[in-house]
Amino acid sequence: MAEHGVAQIWRRIKSIYNIQGNKCETCETHFFPPRPVCPTCRRKGKLVDYQFKGLGSIYSFAVVRQAPDDFKRQMPYVIAQVELDEGTRLTTQIVNVDPENVEIGMRVRACFRKIKEFGQSGVIMYGYKFEPTMKVTGHEV
Amino acid sequence: MVGIVGYGVYVPRYRIKTSDIAEVWGEDSARIGKGLGVFEKSVPGPDEDVATISVEAARNAIKRSEIDPTDIGAVYVGSESHPYAVKPTGTIVAEAIGCSHDMTCADFEFACKAGTAAIQTCMGLATSKMVKLGLAIGADTAQGRPGDALEYSAAAGGAAFIIGMKDVIATIEDTASFTTDTPDFWRREGEDFPSHGARFTGEPAYFRHVGEGAKLLFKKTKTNVDDYDYFVFHMPNGKFPIAMGAQLKVPPEKLEDSLVVRQIGNTYSASAMIGLARVLDIAKSGSKICMVAYGSGAGSDAFSITVEDAIEERRGEVPTVDDYIERKTYVNYATYAKYRRKIKG
Repeated sequence: MAEHGVAQIWRRIKSIYNIQGNKCETCETHFFPPRPVCPTCRRKGKLVDYQFKGLGSIYSFAVVRQAPDDFKRQMPYVIAQVELDEGTRLTTQIVNVDPENVEIGMRVRACFRKIKEFGQSGVIMYGYKFEPTMKVTGHEV
Repeated sequence: MVGIVGYGVYVPRYRIKTSDIAEVWGEDSARIGKGLGVFEKSVPGPDEDVATISVEAARNAIKRSEIDPTDIGAVYVGSESHPYAVKPTGTIVAEAIGCSHDMTCADFEFACKAGTAAIQTCMGLATSKMVKLGLAIGADTAQGRPGDALEYSAAAGGAAFIIGMKDVIATIEDTASFTTDTPDFWRREGEDFPSHGARFTGEPAYFRHVGEGAKLLFKKTKTNVDDYDYFVFHMPNGKFPIAMGAQLKVPPEKLEDSLVVRQIGNTYSASAMIGLARVLDIAKSGSKICMVAYGSGAGSDAFSITVEDAIEERRGEVPTVDDYIERKTYVNYATYAKYRRKIKG
Protein backbone atom coordinates (compact mmCIF):
# COMPACT_ATOMS: atom_id res chain seq x y z
CA MET A 1 0.00 0.00 0.00
CA ALA A 2 2.94 2.30 0.71
CA GLU A 3 3.81 2.52 -3.00
CA HIS A 4 0.30 3.65 -3.92
CA GLY A 5 0.28 6.79 -6.05
CA VAL A 6 4.05 7.15 -6.47
CA ALA A 7 4.34 6.86 -10.26
CA GLN A 8 1.13 8.81 -10.77
CA ILE A 9 2.42 11.72 -8.68
CA TRP A 10 5.95 11.63 -10.13
CA ARG A 11 4.63 11.98 -13.68
CA ARG A 12 2.69 15.10 -12.75
CA ILE A 13 5.29 16.87 -10.58
CA LYS A 14 6.38 19.24 -13.33
CA SER A 15 2.87 20.41 -14.10
CA ILE A 16 1.38 20.53 -10.58
CA TYR A 17 4.32 22.17 -8.77
CA ASN A 18 4.59 25.11 -11.14
CA ILE A 19 1.38 25.12 -13.19
CA GLN A 20 3.29 24.09 -16.26
CA GLY A 21 1.04 23.62 -19.26
CA ASN A 22 1.52 24.33 -22.93
CA LYS A 23 0.61 26.83 -25.59
CA CYS A 24 -0.23 26.52 -29.27
CA GLU A 25 2.02 28.94 -31.13
CA THR A 26 -0.31 28.85 -34.13
CA CYS A 27 -3.49 30.08 -32.40
CA GLU A 28 -1.91 31.43 -29.16
CA THR A 29 -4.21 29.30 -26.98
CA HIS A 30 -2.89 28.17 -23.57
CA PHE A 31 -3.69 24.74 -22.12
CA PHE A 32 -3.63 23.35 -18.61
CA PRO A 33 -3.13 20.50 -18.04
CA PRO A 34 -0.86 20.28 -21.10
CA ARG A 35 -2.50 18.80 -24.18
CA PRO A 36 -0.84 16.45 -26.65
CA VAL A 37 -2.49 18.22 -29.62
CA CYS A 38 -4.18 21.61 -30.18
CA PRO A 39 -7.93 20.84 -30.62
CA THR A 40 -8.37 23.85 -32.96
CA CYS A 41 -5.27 23.78 -35.16
CA ARG A 42 -4.77 20.01 -34.98
CA ARG A 43 -1.95 19.10 -37.42
CA LYS A 44 -1.10 22.78 -38.06
CA GLY A 45 -0.73 23.48 -34.34
CA LYS A 46 2.66 23.90 -32.68
CA LEU A 47 2.62 23.13 -28.96
CA VAL A 48 5.38 24.44 -26.69
CA ASP A 49 5.77 24.18 -22.91
CA TYR A 50 4.43 27.18 -21.05
CA GLN A 51 4.75 28.07 -17.39
CA PHE A 52 1.70 29.99 -16.23
CA LYS A 53 2.27 33.10 -14.12
CA GLY A 54 -0.07 31.70 -11.49
CA LEU A 55 -2.37 34.72 -11.34
CA GLY A 56 -6.07 34.72 -12.09
CA SER A 57 -9.62 35.36 -10.89
CA ILE A 58 -12.26 33.13 -9.38
CA TYR A 59 -14.69 32.11 -12.14
CA SER A 60 -16.96 30.04 -9.91
CA PHE A 61 -16.69 28.25 -6.57
CA ALA A 62 -18.33 25.89 -4.09
CA VAL A 63 -17.92 25.47 -0.33
CA VAL A 64 -17.23 21.85 0.60
CA ARG A 65 -18.95 20.78 3.82
CA GLN A 66 -18.97 17.02 3.21
CA ALA A 67 -15.35 16.08 2.58
CA PRO A 68 -13.44 12.85 2.02
CA ASP A 69 -11.53 11.62 5.11
CA ASP A 70 -8.21 13.14 3.98
CA PHE A 71 -9.72 16.62 3.85
CA LYS A 72 -11.87 16.59 7.01
CA ARG A 73 -9.36 18.69 8.97
CA GLN A 74 -9.79 21.48 6.41
CA MET A 75 -13.61 21.65 6.39
CA PRO A 76 -15.32 23.85 5.37
CA TYR A 77 -13.09 24.66 2.41
CA VAL A 78 -13.46 26.22 -1.00
CA ILE A 79 -13.04 24.54 -4.39
CA ALA A 80 -13.05 26.95 -7.30
CA GLN A 81 -12.68 27.27 -11.01
CA VAL A 82 -9.94 29.85 -11.48
CA GLU A 83 -9.58 31.65 -14.76
CA LEU A 84 -5.88 32.22 -15.27
CA ASP A 85 -4.77 35.53 -16.79
CA GLU A 86 -3.57 33.63 -19.87
CA GLY A 87 -7.16 32.53 -20.52
CA THR A 88 -7.45 28.91 -19.47
CA ARG A 89 -9.33 27.66 -16.40
CA LEU A 90 -8.38 25.11 -13.77
CA THR A 91 -10.03 23.59 -10.71
CA THR A 92 -8.28 24.24 -7.41
CA GLN A 93 -8.69 24.68 -3.69
CA ILE A 94 -8.70 28.27 -2.38
CA VAL A 95 -6.79 28.69 0.89
CA ASN A 96 -5.84 31.51 3.27
CA VAL A 97 -9.39 32.88 3.23
CA ASP A 98 -12.61 32.18 5.12
CA PRO A 99 -15.26 30.64 2.82
CA GLU A 100 -17.71 33.49 3.51
CA ASN A 101 -15.23 36.00 2.08
CA VAL A 102 -14.76 34.26 -1.28
CA GLU A 103 -16.34 36.03 -4.25
CA ILE A 104 -16.60 35.47 -7.98
CA GLY A 105 -14.02 37.70 -9.66
CA MET A 106 -11.69 37.70 -6.62
CA ARG A 107 -8.01 38.01 -7.61
CA VAL A 108 -6.01 34.97 -6.61
CA ARG A 109 -2.44 33.72 -6.94
CA ALA A 110 -0.94 30.26 -6.91
CA CYS A 111 0.70 29.04 -3.71
CA PHE A 112 2.42 25.76 -2.85
CA ARG A 113 0.60 23.37 -0.55
CA LYS A 114 0.26 19.77 0.50
CA ILE A 115 -2.48 18.21 -1.61
CA LYS A 116 -2.73 14.71 -0.19
CA GLU A 117 -0.90 12.22 1.99
CA PHE A 118 -1.07 8.53 1.15
CA GLY A 119 -1.46 7.45 4.76
CA GLN A 120 0.98 7.87 7.65
CA SER A 121 3.85 6.12 5.86
CA GLY A 122 3.02 6.88 2.23
CA VAL A 123 4.22 9.52 -0.18
CA ILE A 124 3.12 13.16 0.21
CA MET A 125 1.69 14.88 -2.83
CA TYR A 126 2.41 18.61 -3.17
CA GLY A 127 1.13 21.08 -5.71
CA TYR A 128 -0.71 24.30 -6.40
CA LYS A 129 -3.61 25.77 -4.53
CA PHE A 130 -4.69 29.39 -4.83
CA GLU A 131 -4.94 32.17 -2.27
CA PRO A 132 -6.21 35.77 -2.44
CA THR A 133 -3.43 38.15 -3.51
CA MET A 134 -2.04 40.04 -0.54
CA LYS A 135 -2.54 43.78 -0.46
CA VAL A 136 1.18 44.43 -0.55
CA THR A 137 3.59 45.78 -3.07
CA GLY A 138 4.94 43.22 -5.44
CA HIS A 139 2.50 40.40 -4.76
CA GLU A 140 0.34 40.88 -7.83
CA VAL A 141 2.94 40.38 -10.54
CA MET B 1 32.89 39.25 -1.79
CA VAL B 2 30.39 36.64 -0.69
CA GLY B 3 27.02 37.88 0.43
CA ILE B 4 23.25 37.77 0.28
CA VAL B 5 21.94 38.09 -3.28
CA GLY B 6 18.31 37.85 -2.24
CA TYR B 7 16.09 36.77 0.64
CA GLY B 8 12.46 35.93 1.22
CA VAL B 9 10.32 34.82 4.12
CA TYR B 10 7.01 33.11 4.72
CA VAL B 11 4.85 32.99 7.84
CA PRO B 12 1.58 31.01 7.88
CA ARG B 13 -1.60 32.98 8.30
CA TYR B 14 -2.99 31.45 11.47
CA ARG B 15 -2.18 32.73 14.99
CA ILE B 16 -3.05 31.59 18.47
CA LYS B 17 -2.71 33.87 21.47
CA THR B 18 -0.50 32.55 24.27
CA SER B 19 -3.24 33.64 26.70
CA ASP B 20 -5.64 31.19 24.98
CA ILE B 21 -3.16 28.33 25.43
CA ALA B 22 -2.64 29.32 29.08
CA GLU B 23 -6.37 29.26 29.77
CA VAL B 24 -6.68 25.67 28.50
CA TRP B 25 -3.93 24.51 30.87
CA GLY B 26 -5.11 26.52 33.87
CA GLU B 27 -2.14 28.89 33.84
CA ASP B 28 -2.33 32.59 34.58
CA SER B 29 -3.19 33.84 31.08
CA ALA B 30 -2.29 37.47 31.79
CA ARG B 31 1.13 36.53 33.19
CA ILE B 32 2.25 34.00 30.55
CA GLY B 33 2.54 36.34 27.56
CA LYS B 34 4.34 39.02 29.53
CA GLY B 35 6.57 36.50 31.30
CA LEU B 36 7.71 34.84 28.06
CA GLY B 37 7.63 37.95 25.90
CA VAL B 38 5.54 35.98 23.38
CA PHE B 39 1.97 37.20 22.92
CA GLU B 40 0.90 35.13 19.92
CA LYS B 41 2.47 32.50 17.71
CA SER B 42 2.02 31.44 14.11
CA VAL B 43 0.24 28.16 13.37
CA PRO B 44 0.59 26.37 10.03
CA GLY B 45 -2.55 25.43 8.14
CA PRO B 46 -3.45 21.72 7.89
CA ASP B 47 -1.93 21.58 4.39
CA GLU B 48 1.31 23.39 5.25
CA ASP B 49 4.62 21.83 6.25
CA VAL B 50 8.33 22.62 6.00
CA ALA B 51 8.36 21.84 2.26
CA THR B 52 5.50 24.23 1.44
CA ILE B 53 6.84 26.98 3.74
CA SER B 54 10.33 26.61 2.23
CA VAL B 55 8.98 26.85 -1.31
CA GLU B 56 7.03 30.04 -0.54
CA ALA B 57 10.07 31.66 1.13
CA ALA B 58 12.39 30.54 -1.70
CA ARG B 59 10.04 31.86 -4.39
CA ASN B 60 10.05 35.24 -2.63
CA ALA B 61 13.86 35.19 -2.47
CA ILE B 62 14.15 34.40 -6.18
CA LYS B 63 11.67 37.10 -7.14
CA ARG B 64 13.51 39.69 -5.05
CA SER B 65 16.94 38.80 -6.40
CA GLU B 66 15.77 38.50 -10.02
CA ILE B 67 18.12 35.56 -10.51
CA ASP B 68 17.64 32.68 -12.90
CA PRO B 69 16.82 29.69 -10.63
CA THR B 70 18.84 27.43 -12.93
CA ASP B 71 21.96 29.29 -11.68
CA ILE B 72 21.40 27.80 -8.20
CA GLY B 73 23.96 25.04 -7.70
CA ALA B 74 23.08 24.02 -4.15
CA VAL B 75 19.86 23.85 -2.13
CA TYR B 76 20.09 23.19 1.61
CA VAL B 77 17.05 23.15 3.86
CA GLY B 78 17.65 23.37 7.61
CA SER B 79 14.81 22.20 9.84
CA GLU B 80 13.90 19.92 12.70
CA SER B 81 10.47 19.20 11.26
CA HIS B 82 11.21 17.89 7.77
CA PRO B 83 8.08 16.15 6.42
CA TYR B 84 10.00 12.97 5.61
CA ALA B 85 12.51 11.22 7.90
CA VAL B 86 14.16 9.94 4.71
CA LYS B 87 13.70 11.99 1.51
CA PRO B 88 15.21 15.44 1.38
CA THR B 89 12.86 18.42 1.59
CA GLY B 90 15.35 20.23 -0.67
CA THR B 91 14.46 17.99 -3.61
CA ILE B 92 10.85 19.16 -3.44
CA VAL B 93 11.91 22.80 -3.04
CA ALA B 94 14.40 22.67 -5.94
CA GLU B 95 11.80 21.20 -8.31
CA ALA B 96 9.13 23.69 -7.23
CA ILE B 97 11.31 26.77 -7.74
CA GLY B 98 12.54 25.67 -11.16
CA CYS B 99 16.16 24.72 -10.41
CA SER B 100 18.07 22.73 -12.99
CA HIS B 101 18.78 19.09 -12.14
CA ASP B 102 22.51 19.84 -12.35
CA MET B 103 22.79 20.81 -8.68
CA THR B 104 23.45 19.41 -5.22
CA CYS B 105 20.98 19.27 -2.38
CA ALA B 106 20.74 18.09 1.22
CA ASP B 107 18.73 18.60 4.37
CA PHE B 108 20.42 20.04 7.45
CA GLU B 109 19.62 19.49 11.09
CA PHE B 110 20.94 21.41 14.07
CA ALA B 111 17.88 22.30 16.13
CA CYS B 112 17.24 26.04 15.57
CA LYS B 113 20.45 26.86 13.72
CA ALA B 114 20.26 24.42 10.81
CA GLY B 115 19.37 27.27 8.43
CA THR B 116 22.42 29.35 9.33
CA ALA B 117 24.62 26.25 9.02
CA ALA B 118 23.21 26.06 5.47
CA ILE B 119 24.19 29.72 4.90
CA GLN B 120 27.77 28.95 6.00
CA THR B 121 27.94 25.96 3.63
CA CYS B 122 26.66 28.07 0.74
CA MET B 123 29.25 30.77 1.58
CA GLY B 124 32.00 28.17 1.25
CA LEU B 125 30.67 26.79 -2.02
CA ALA B 126 30.19 30.24 -3.56
CA THR B 127 33.60 31.54 -2.39
CA SER B 128 35.37 28.48 -3.75
CA LYS B 129 33.41 28.90 -7.01
CA MET B 130 32.01 25.38 -6.75
CA VAL B 131 28.58 26.93 -7.29
CA LYS B 132 27.43 30.25 -8.71
CA LEU B 133 24.57 30.60 -6.24
CA GLY B 134 23.53 28.62 -3.17
CA LEU B 135 20.10 28.60 -1.58
CA ALA B 136 20.00 28.26 2.22
CA ILE B 137 16.64 27.83 3.89
CA GLY B 138 15.66 27.68 7.55
CA ALA B 139 12.06 26.54 8.09
CA ASP B 140 10.09 24.79 10.79
CA THR B 141 6.63 23.78 11.93
CA ALA B 142 7.71 23.39 15.53
CA GLN B 143 5.72 21.27 17.94
CA GLY B 144 5.52 21.49 21.72
CA ARG B 145 4.01 18.75 23.84
CA PRO B 146 0.48 19.86 24.85
CA GLY B 147 0.71 21.66 28.19
CA ASP B 148 4.52 21.94 28.05
CA ALA B 149 6.20 25.35 28.33
CA LEU B 150 7.34 24.96 24.71
CA GLU B 151 3.76 24.98 23.49
CA TYR B 152 3.52 28.72 24.14
CA SER B 153 6.28 29.56 21.70
CA ALA B 154 6.75 26.68 19.17
CA ALA B 155 5.69 28.29 15.89
CA ALA B 156 6.00 27.98 12.12
CA GLY B 157 7.77 30.02 9.47
CA GLY B 158 10.59 30.02 6.97
CA ALA B 159 13.33 32.20 5.54
CA ALA B 160 15.36 31.64 2.38
CA PHE B 161 18.68 33.32 1.57
CA ILE B 162 20.40 33.17 -1.80
CA ILE B 163 24.16 33.33 -1.33
CA GLY B 164 26.56 34.33 -4.08
CA MET B 165 29.54 36.48 -5.04
CA LYS B 166 27.93 38.95 -7.47
CA ASP B 167 25.17 41.58 -7.14
CA VAL B 168 24.92 41.17 -3.39
CA ILE B 169 22.46 43.28 -1.39
CA ALA B 170 24.41 42.60 1.80
CA THR B 171 27.99 41.43 2.22
CA ILE B 172 28.81 38.74 4.76
CA GLU B 173 32.25 39.75 6.02
CA ASP B 174 32.80 36.79 8.26
CA THR B 175 31.22 34.05 10.31
CA ALA B 176 32.21 32.25 13.50
CA SER B 177 30.70 29.25 15.28
CA PHE B 178 30.85 27.87 18.80
CA THR B 179 29.89 24.22 19.31
CA THR B 180 29.78 21.91 22.35
CA ASP B 181 27.95 18.75 23.45
CA THR B 182 25.23 20.27 25.64
CA PRO B 183 21.98 18.27 25.99
CA ASP B 184 19.55 21.15 26.60
CA PHE B 185 16.86 20.08 24.08
CA TRP B 186 16.42 16.97 21.94
CA ARG B 187 13.93 14.72 20.21
CA ARG B 188 14.53 11.00 19.94
CA GLU B 189 13.78 9.09 16.72
CA GLY B 190 10.06 8.33 16.37
CA GLU B 191 8.98 10.73 19.11
CA ASP B 192 6.31 13.30 18.25
CA PHE B 193 7.48 15.96 20.66
CA PRO B 194 10.87 17.20 21.87
CA SER B 195 12.16 17.07 25.45
CA HIS B 196 14.18 19.76 27.15
CA GLY B 197 16.25 20.45 30.22
CA ALA B 198 13.96 23.24 31.51
CA ARG B 199 16.17 25.84 33.27
CA PHE B 200 19.26 24.14 31.86
CA THR B 201 18.31 25.63 28.47
CA GLY B 202 19.34 29.08 29.73
CA GLU B 203 22.77 29.76 31.19
CA PRO B 204 24.87 26.73 30.05
CA ALA B 205 23.09 26.45 26.72
CA TYR B 206 21.61 29.56 25.04
CA PHE B 207 23.52 32.29 26.88
CA ARG B 208 26.90 30.56 26.85
CA HIS B 209 26.77 29.64 23.16
CA VAL B 210 25.28 32.86 21.80
CA GLY B 211 27.64 34.91 23.97
CA GLU B 212 30.72 32.92 22.96
CA GLY B 213 29.66 32.96 19.30
CA ALA B 214 29.36 36.75 19.34
CA LYS B 215 32.73 37.14 21.13
CA LEU B 216 34.46 34.83 18.63
CA LEU B 217 33.07 36.92 15.79
CA PHE B 218 34.16 40.18 17.42
CA LYS B 219 37.67 38.76 17.88
CA LYS B 220 37.87 37.39 14.34
CA THR B 221 36.64 40.61 12.71
CA LYS B 222 38.34 42.95 15.22
CA THR B 223 35.00 44.60 15.96
CA ASN B 224 32.96 45.35 19.07
CA VAL B 225 29.34 46.11 19.94
CA ASP B 226 29.74 49.77 18.92
CA ASP B 227 30.64 48.80 15.34
CA TYR B 228 27.20 47.29 14.69
CA ASP B 229 23.93 49.12 14.04
CA TYR B 230 21.68 46.08 14.49
CA PHE B 231 21.84 42.87 16.47
CA VAL B 232 19.83 39.73 15.78
CA PHE B 233 19.85 36.82 18.22
CA HIS B 234 17.97 33.54 18.09
CA MET B 235 14.60 34.06 19.75
CA PRO B 236 13.35 31.03 21.71
CA ASN B 237 11.16 33.53 23.57
CA GLY B 238 11.04 37.29 23.98
CA LYS B 239 13.13 37.33 27.16
CA PHE B 240 16.31 35.48 26.16
CA PRO B 241 17.51 37.75 23.32
CA ILE B 242 16.95 40.84 25.48
CA ALA B 243 18.87 39.29 28.40
CA MET B 244 21.62 38.26 25.95
CA GLY B 245 21.80 41.81 24.66
CA ALA B 246 22.13 43.11 28.22
CA GLN B 247 24.96 40.62 28.95
CA LEU B 248 26.86 41.77 25.85
CA LYS B 249 26.03 45.43 26.62
CA VAL B 250 24.07 45.87 23.38
CA PRO B 251 21.86 49.00 23.53
CA PRO B 252 18.21 47.75 23.46
CA GLU B 253 17.37 49.90 20.42
CA LYS B 254 19.91 47.95 18.32
CA LEU B 255 18.01 44.73 19.06
CA GLU B 256 14.42 45.95 18.98
CA ASP B 257 13.81 45.70 15.20
CA SER B 258 14.66 42.00 15.06
CA LEU B 259 12.30 40.86 17.83
CA VAL B 260 9.65 39.21 15.68
CA VAL B 261 9.17 36.52 18.35
CA ARG B 262 6.58 38.64 20.19
CA GLN B 263 4.08 38.37 17.33
CA ILE B 264 4.90 35.04 15.67
CA GLY B 265 6.65 32.97 18.35
CA ASN B 266 9.79 30.90 17.97
CA THR B 267 10.00 29.73 14.37
CA TYR B 268 13.02 27.54 15.29
CA SER B 269 15.34 27.21 12.26
CA ALA B 270 13.77 30.36 10.79
CA SER B 271 13.87 32.41 14.00
CA ALA B 272 17.13 34.37 13.69
CA MET B 273 16.85 34.32 9.87
CA ILE B 274 13.40 36.01 9.93
CA GLY B 275 14.84 38.48 12.47
CA LEU B 276 17.65 39.22 10.00
CA ALA B 277 15.14 39.57 7.16
CA ARG B 278 13.13 42.05 9.27
CA VAL B 279 16.29 44.14 9.71
CA LEU B 280 17.19 43.86 6.00
CA ASP B 281 13.67 45.10 5.18
CA ILE B 282 14.40 48.43 6.88
CA ALA B 283 18.18 48.88 7.22
CA LYS B 284 19.91 51.68 5.34
CA SER B 285 22.81 51.03 3.03
CA GLY B 286 26.07 50.80 4.98
CA SER B 287 24.42 49.47 8.16
CA LYS B 288 26.28 46.71 9.96
CA ILE B 289 24.39 43.74 11.38
CA CYS B 290 25.56 41.12 13.86
CA MET B 291 23.43 37.99 13.79
CA VAL B 292 23.93 35.05 16.15
CA ALA B 293 21.76 31.99 15.60
CA TYR B 294 21.55 29.31 18.27
CA GLY B 295 20.81 25.61 17.96
CA SER B 296 20.24 23.32 20.91
CA GLY B 297 22.59 20.45 21.35
CA ALA B 298 24.38 22.97 21.19
CA GLY B 299 26.00 25.55 18.97
CA SER B 300 25.86 29.07 17.63
CA ASP B 301 26.64 30.66 14.25
CA ALA B 302 27.58 34.33 14.28
CA PHE B 303 27.69 36.54 11.18
CA SER B 304 28.98 40.02 10.46
CA ILE B 305 26.90 41.56 7.64
CA THR B 306 27.04 44.93 5.88
CA VAL B 307 24.05 46.22 3.92
CA GLU B 308 24.91 47.37 0.37
CA ASP B 309 23.38 50.11 -1.83
CA ALA B 310 21.67 47.54 -4.09
CA ILE B 311 19.20 46.66 -1.33
CA GLU B 312 17.13 49.77 -2.01
CA GLU B 313 16.28 48.61 -5.55
CA ARG B 314 15.17 45.17 -4.34
CA ARG B 315 12.57 46.41 -1.89
CA GLY B 316 8.86 46.37 -2.75
CA GLU B 317 9.23 43.32 -4.94
CA VAL B 318 7.95 40.77 -2.44
CA PRO B 319 6.03 40.80 0.85
CA THR B 320 8.08 41.98 3.82
CA VAL B 321 8.31 40.29 7.22
CA ASP B 322 5.83 42.86 8.54
CA ASP B 323 3.39 42.10 5.69
CA TYR B 324 3.34 38.48 6.81
CA ILE B 325 3.16 39.37 10.51
CA GLU B 326 0.15 41.60 9.87
CA ARG B 327 -1.67 39.03 7.69
CA LYS B 328 -3.28 36.92 10.37
CA THR B 329 -6.37 35.05 11.42
CA TYR B 330 -6.74 33.94 15.02
CA VAL B 331 -7.73 30.38 15.82
CA ASN B 332 -8.86 28.97 19.15
CA TYR B 333 -7.11 26.11 20.95
CA ALA B 334 -9.46 23.47 19.53
CA THR B 335 -8.81 24.51 15.93
CA TYR B 336 -5.08 24.78 16.65
CA ALA B 337 -5.10 21.26 18.12
CA LYS B 338 -6.93 19.97 15.02
CA TYR B 339 -4.56 21.70 12.57
CA ARG B 340 -1.45 20.51 14.46
CA ARG B 341 -2.78 16.96 14.67
CA LYS B 342 -2.76 17.01 18.43
CA ILE B 343 -6.16 15.37 18.10
CA LYS B 344 -5.70 11.93 16.61
CA GLY B 345 -8.65 11.03 14.40
